[in-house]
Amino acid sequence: MSDLFKVAIIGSGPAGMSAAGQAAKREMSHILLEKTDHLSDTIFKYQKGKHVMATPSDLALRAGGYEEGVHQGMEFEEGTRERILGIWNKHCRIEDERMPTYEGEVQDFDINTRLNAEVVSVEGEKGNFSIKLKDGDTIRAETIVLAIGTQGNPNLLRCPGADHPMITPQLDDPEDHIDKHVIVVGTGDAGIENALGLATDPALGNTVTVLNRGTDFAKAKIKNATDLTSADEEGFLNISYRTSPAEVRDGEMVVETETGQEIIPCDMIITRIGSQPPRKFIEAMGIEFTSEDRSAFPKLSPEFETTKAGVFVIGALAGYPLIKHCMNQGYDVIEFLATGEAVKPADEPLLEKVFENLPGGKSVDYWLELYRTNVDIFAGLSTLQMRELMLDSICTAFAPGEVIFRRDAPGSSLFAIAQGSVAVEVNPNDPSITVPIGQGSIFGEVGLVSGRRRGATIRAAEDTVVVELSRKAALKLIGSSPEADEAVKRISIERQILQLFGSGLTPEDIKPLTDSAVVEEISAGKVVIQEGADDKDLFIVRLGSMRVEKGEGERQTFLGLIPAGNFFGEMGIIDGLPRMSTVRAAVKSEVIRLPGEGFLDLLAQKPQLRERALQIMDDRRRSNEEIESRQDKDGGKVDNFSGLASFLFDEGMGEATDALLIDERLCIGCDNCEKACADSHDGLSRLDRETGKTFAYLHVPISCRHCEHPHCMTDCPPNAIQRGADGEVNINRETCIGCGNCKSNCPYGVINMEPVPPEKPSLLSWMMFGSGPGPGEAPYSWRKENSDPGVAKKAVKCDMCAGIEGGPSCVRACPTGAAIRVSPDKFLTFAKMTEDVEG
Amino acid sequence: MATAADNRFREDEKRRDADHISFLKHRGFRWLWMALLLCAFSIIGYALIDQEPRPNGGSWYGYTLGTVGLLLIVWLSMLGIRKRRISEGAWSLKAWTSAHVYLGLALIVVGTLHTGFQIGWNVHTLAYVLMLIVIISGIYGVYAYAALPKELSANRGDKTGGDMLDTIADIDRKLESAAQPLGRAGSDLVIGVLEQDVFYAGAFSRLTGSYPGCATKRALAGIPATGSDAEIRVHELLTARAEQLAQIRRHLRIKAMLEIWLFIHIPATIALLAALLAHVISVFYYW
Repeated sequence: MSDLFKVAIIGSGPAGMSAAGQAAKREMSHILLEKTDHLSDTIFKYQKGKHVMATPSDLALRAGGYEEGVHQGMEFEEGTRERILGIWNKHCRIEDERMPTYEGEVQDFDINTRLNAEVVSVEGEKGNFSIKLKDGDTIRAETIVLAIGTQGNPNLLRCPGADHPMITPQLDDPEDHIDKHVIVVGTGDAGIENALGLATDPALGNTVTVLNRGTDFAKAKIKNATDLTSADEEGFLNISYRTSPAEVRDGEMVVETETGQEIIPCDMIITRIGSQPPRKFIEAMGIEFTSEDRSAFPKLSPEFETTKAGVFVIGALAGYPLIKHCMNQGYDVIEFLATGEAVKPADEPLLEKVFENLPGGKSVDYWLELYRTNVDIFAGLSTLQMRELMLDSICTAFAPGEVIFRRDAPGSSLFAIAQGSVAVEVNPNDPSITVPIGQGSIFGEVGLVSGRRRGATIRAAEDTVVVELSRKAALKLIGSSPEADEAVKRISIERQILQLFGSGLTPEDIKPLTDSAVVEEISAGKVVIQEGADDKDLFIVRLGSMRVEKGEGERQTFLGLIPAGNFFGEMGIIDGLPRMSTVRAAVKSEVIRLPGEGFLDLLAQKPQLRERALQIMDDRRRSNEEIESRQDKDGGKVDNFSGLASFLFDEGMGEATDALLIDERLCIGCDNCEKACADSHDGLSRLDRETGKTFAYLHVPISCRHCEHPHCMTDCPPNAIQRGADGEVNINRETCIGCGNCKSNCPYGVINMEPVPPEKPSLLSWMMFGSGPGPGEAPYSWRKENSDPGVAKKAVKCDMCAGIEGGPSCVRACPTGAAIRVSPDKFLTFAKMTEDVEG
Repeated sequence: MATAADNRFREDEKRRDADHISFLKHRGFRWLWMALLLCAFSIIGYALIDQEPRPNGGSWYGYTLGTVGLLLIVWLSMLGIRKRRISEGAWSLKAWTSAHVYLGLALIVVGTLHTGFQIGWNVHTLAYVLMLIVIISGIYGVYAYAALPKELSANRGDKTGGDMLDTIADIDRKLESAAQPLGRAGSDLVIGVLEQDVFYAGAFSRLTGSYPGCATKRALAGIPATGSDAEIRVHELLTARAEQLAQIRRHLRIKAMLEIWLFIHIPATIALLAALLAHVISVFYYW
């Protein structure tokens, strides 16, 4: 039995290492346990030379330099992976020949580090925990700080030889591997990307085999799957279907195929077969999570203590993915253990900033408490959760009559009223007709759910204090608090019905409908209404969009698109006839299902609504009949229209808000669109004209579609991707940390990672003297030659020429009218798509 | 936060509702009508105004037509700058192209009337002839822009020019290994194929699509389709290569035809501007 440490820190990433450094500084008895043979595994596994950012820049790093001279600790500033790890290694007195030694002065910490110490189980209670290591040792500690991140343990092959040294669960840099025989196991995105990276550059000369247990690539993004199969067809690599590993031996792998065993020679095996989330391990210690959700975090006190007394969780596992947060938490948790008092959190000055525009000069604690007690959906949040929520939010006070947002403005954020009330201008033609929303309630929820523009202008009715939660923060709140989820859902259904069916209705009128409403998630392509069926429900598209079609298979005719915020299914209810057409989800969508009888009852009570519904029904029927009648006269045109619509849906038009299309009957291939794009945006083109799919002369180039719910936004650690004032999805180059998550999340491949190129000589000096590369994106070689190699790569994509007068320059610069940017609800009509474009 | 109403929403919505309409049809042929009006006025003026002693570039009406023509030519030649200077503002290059085409055509009328049908061996007629060369090459350009993009698109499908070259590189890699068992003669043919640059031929081949001396064609003829396994495989690969080459060559030919006229249009424009300068100076010098 070993000594009893005051604290055992598990995980040597930024959070754990910072905690260990602080413990060493305070001469607290401690041990830092690291599973691998090096510090900070996640950063260690970054690609070679990767530039690591230090955001948020306004957050003080207390581990380094806080209370100068007293608690000076671990250093961290942006730089390359090698530099950062070099400094940390030196702090921790670790020599690692794989990392260049850092030459500068750094503080020396007497950290008790133990590498190769994988923890298998934790037993005991506060004051006496026993930590069992894989090598059989047991370590005893009074308290435990868990800083193991969220990466988990990569799964191993289930066959003999699974621990062979040629097996690796990751690939740092494909270009490090030349002339190798590589086997990739795993057909998810990571495996496919690795395989493509190794195989598609012929200069590397690698022979790559991808093992696929089955026959499809269901786990991967469609683009990755098609890229992989075409790489196979083109001979860049080889996919072995219905094949699984049987044994790994020196220099070869035995595989099990349909026709028996085969041997594939190899020098390297990349296993991309997922990792075990650390959740089970954590739950086994007796720690509870906030929800069953896969992405949920452990429940924590303001001091980061879990539901198991004496065990603290910090870092990414606590929900803080940024390095600075992690390092500060390491410091905070040790200070708490040492002094028994909570440190004023490092985010205090940031929160002061959040609240600085509110009246009365009150403290952070005052506002936190006010928001928490007054806003209904915040009930049940801990102080820590409140702090985090408010950090990502904007708090504002409005004077009576001041506009909070306007009709048709883009916005997917959620507002909550802490004090006062607001008035909703429900009628665009008469601003005097308003509906009140009172203190404690929320608004903006339709934008949050659908990603569409604001449906009404909202003004403050009196002196009002609100908080605006970013979509990300709002979703996190909904995910972690079932009460908030329920409240938002109910309010959004009620308001959506009211908004759709017009003024004059009150929440009481529609209560029976609201009570029986069900929200259903519909995956892309799934049928909601089947032609000829007898069901009698009414649907409202809450998120996504629906396509309306008639007929089957080859003879299917596209009739139209129903965007979010509209209802469908009314014909069958009012007429009582079987369904006239099939309605299915164009993209992953959500609908509100309302019982038809309830809707009929409402129509019976409200003649005005009945008239409106009949009007809409008539319009739709007429438009459908028009297309169908053309089918008899000009079938080719209608088939072409249906084919085009299908093609555009495949290309993501169902979720687009503003997409670039090129009519190839007009495109002369001059690439002036690309040149204009580059010249409008510091020299990098954000569109690739020639690449992309074409159907019947309509070409969808590689360019941002500005999705309603952008995939790129889902996992941006610094929250640098936002929807701007003109509805554009924009990446903030200042706060982007260059992690590349958005690039891999975008299904349309429109995001590139590029350093800002050097400035070009002016157009005039190019025209007159031939200096510089001329209009458009400079060739790679010119950029490389003329730029500072230290400039970090960051994400680049179309911003719809935000802030540029005149609008998107790709469209303005097209000499023939081939390039247009359209929204699907306007373009996906018969008239637009069958237009005779030529002169 | 609250978004001010002064964003681009209204104009963006209009743009998102845009039609796919070519530069020729732009705004219901607005510039065609303008050009026709200009021609009509010029002709009516020419017919009705009594020019003494005879219609001539030197009469007051001749000067008027000359000034209009000169301003038009200078403005038309600015398209090259407009196209490259991506400044802010509500301009559209399509509208410029549309105006360029129709007003450029109107120059035939304006310019010809300006001559008063007096043609001679002098710098004035030189300017006139250069103008006609520019316009005629431009007419071909309009034809090319209207007719060729369809062919270009149909030929390339979803492939980019780079993709096509990649396919060749891929076939070549396979060809190299497949050709190993061939005899001396066969190997030489394949080596000839591998060594020949895809872009080996000159401008004439590119424009006509005729490539004499194509090593792939030669190798296809020299290696039998029904021989040893290796020969069959090589023949297959060569057939694929020939097909891919054909696609690349069609691509190059169409692209060249889309651009070739600019090699006349632009230098002739520069020459025209110079001749115009000489024309104007000499006219005022001998006033």
